[in-house]
Amino acid sequence: MEKEQDKVLREVTESDYKYGFVTDIDADEIPKGLTHETIRLISKKKNEPDWMLEFRLKAFEKWLTMKMPNWAHLNIPEIDYQDIIYYSAPKQEPKYTSLDEIDPEIKATFDKLGIPLDEQKRLSGVAVDVVMDSVSVKTTFQETLAEKGIIFCSFSDAVQNHPDLVKKYMGSVVPYGDNFFAALNSAVFSDGSFCYIPKGVRCPMELSTYFRINAMNTGQFERTLIIADEGSYVSYMEGCTAPIRDENQLHAAIVEIIAMKDAEVKYSTVQNWYPGNKEGQGGVYNFVTKRAICQGENSKVSWAQVETGSAITWKYPSTILKGDNSASEFYSVAVTNNFQQADTGTKMIHLGKNTSSIIVSKGISAGKSENSYRGLVKVGKNAENARNFSQCDSLLLGDKCGAHTFPYIDVDNDTAVVEHEATTSKISEDQIFYCNQRGISTEDAIGLIVNGYAKEVINKLPMEFAVEAQKLLQISLEGSVG
Amino acid sequence: MLVIKNLHAEVSGKKILKGLSLEVKPGEIHAIMGPNGSGKSTLSAVLTGNENYIVTEGEIYYEGKNLFDLNVEERAKAGIFLSFQYPVEIPGVSMINFMKTAVNEQRKFKNLPPLSSGEFLKYMREMKDLVELKSDLANRSVNVGFSGGEKKRNEIFQMAMLKPKLAILDETDSGLDIDALRVVANGVNKLKTPENSAIVITHYQRLLDFIVPDFVHVLYDGKIVKSAGKELALELEEKGYSWIKEELGE
Repeated sequence: MEKEQDKVLREVTESDYKYGFVTDIDADEIPKGLTHETIRLISKKKNEPDWMLEFRLKAFEKWLTMKMPNWAHLNIPEIDYQDIIYYSAPKQEPKYTSLDEIDPEIKATFDKLGIPLDEQKRLSGVAVDVVMDSVSVKTTFQETLAEKGIIFCSFSDAVQNHPDLVKKYMGSVVPYGDNFFAALNSAVFSDGSFCYIPKGVRCPMELSTYFRINAMNTGQFERTLIIADEGSYVSYMEGCTAPIRDENQLHAAIVEIIAMKDAEVKYSTVQNWYPGNKEGQGGVYNFVTKRAICQGENSKVSWAQVETGSAITWKYPSTILKGDNSASEFYSVAVTNNFQQADTGTKMIHLGKNTSSIIVSKGISAGKSENSYRGLVKVGKNAENARNFSQCDSLLLGDKCGAHTFPYIDVDNDTAVVEHEATTSKISEDQIFYCNQRGISTEDAIGLIVNGYAKEVINKLPMEFAVEAQKLLQISLEGSVG
Repeated sequence: MLVIKNLHAEVSGKKILKGLSLEVKPGEIHAIMGPNGSGKSTLSAVLTGNENYIVTEGEIYYEGKNLFDLNVEERAKAGIFLSFQYPVEIPGVSMINFMKTAVNEQRKFKNLPPLSSGEFLKYMREMKDLVELKSDLANRSVNVGFSGGEKKRNEIFQMAMLKPKLAILDETDSGLDIDALRVVANGVNKLKTPENSAIVITHYQRLLDFIVPDFVHVLYDGKIVKSAGKELALELEEKGYSWIKEELGE
């Protein structure tokens, strides 16, 4: 680990967003705009059954009555929802049975991103579903997983091949009318990942989805559904990048996780959407609803996220602790630099007895950015002996950025124990000078300090992701001090 | 090795150094003594490149090169080391990680390959023994929760790791009890070679019982007003600084 860390630090020399290239591929796009017709068209393109179209239309009706949320500590420019392309797919049959059928341009794109689609080239032990713009282009290791009864496929495939599971669980954790962006997603979502782990199965490899926005003026709306049946275990990772573009792009996703009795789900995210340039132009709007339910007794859901990208982030991965003795953790590092804005945190809803949750949030703000933690710990009246521990730390680089903490605690049961700790610190000139005097450059010094600060969260990520996350932290903050 | 000519420097608009000149040759130990506010710490800040201190006049040559052409980390990599009067705490960064980065940066500067983890840990153990540093300090965050004595010892440990050509010890003795002082001084003495030099900035003579200087300079009102051999330190200890003022006719 020690050695790896140093390698990472050495590797990092470029301060620019290195995932910002565009792949020139033909895309099958529908015209801009959002109407009932758009939704019918998307559904038709995906050859969906009627119940799916009905779900979409209901969501759309609901969305039309809703307003964009304005309670977050964010300054969101007006979004013209009629100026977005809601479906864009690389032109080619989206179903690939062998690698040779994939457009070499697409393959090259993912090689460049460090996500080779070739199973032999992959680090063993990670299966990937790759989503480009609106569709899943390839899911690796499907056969290996199928031997254990694990279903891991694109959401579209799941609608076709596992309609019962989709019908039963889609919208069960995040209802289509849950919030403005969830309703929008439910109406227009194009693809995403689906995962089912059968009873008693421990998933033998990390499952992962890699999201890439490529096309211009396109919104990405994917949804992920993970069902962990009784006594099963799965670790799931999500990564994302987008090209550098002057205009803003919208990403509104939904993630739903269901953990049955004795099941455990770990969900890790490294979010690196294009953050916009140093003047605050362009970048992805990342408005995401992620929620898990600990449905059964002794179930456990862990969230770990490293958020470095996006112009605006609005995201609160949450857990409903319904089963008795269920537990959940939320470990987060959110970095904002230049003109980025982030309002992120979690909700832990304790309903069952003896439920416990841990929240560790580390915000890092630099440049002229605004970084807010917003969290809710709710203890229901039947949640005997609920426990929560929350720790929210903020680290400031420079004096033009903002860090804010909005913790909400709502307890309806006298036996609950809820603890909250918060700190704010700054990287001081003295610390940088001390490092410089030992021959360590300012950039490396910030890397050391920030990675040290975020260590608790990074350690929660799967190994492969942890290395990536460390690099990202340093890159995102380059040029922010001095 | 180091030539300072007519150095003038100020901090926050206040003139502190007013024409300081000093020459340090390889292998020499120079002690700089003087009352509070005479400019001792300003000298160490200017030598290491602290940007809060502005040089308004004068020249400094280090190994024949204009020192002002080098930034803080370049000076460090070229072999200038400061043992801080107030070592800085860096939460979350382990001493191991910190030192490994520093040592390998210096090796890179000298076109040497980085040390492997195994080599590094072995080297670190040797240097820890040399300065009698308790082993668990290395696993803790840089200076966090260290006692005053531990911080100073940690500075000498870092000096041992980096093997500077020119070490500046800024009030390394302040806040140390006699045992800690001996340990720190032993470390400095063990690291002494005929090539490397040291500037020992101190208020009291007692450190100089353990680190014997070749020259003692008295800094007063931003200038070196008296230079002599080690016996000068004893004289200062006995008489205080007031006789210097009298000699200067103030």
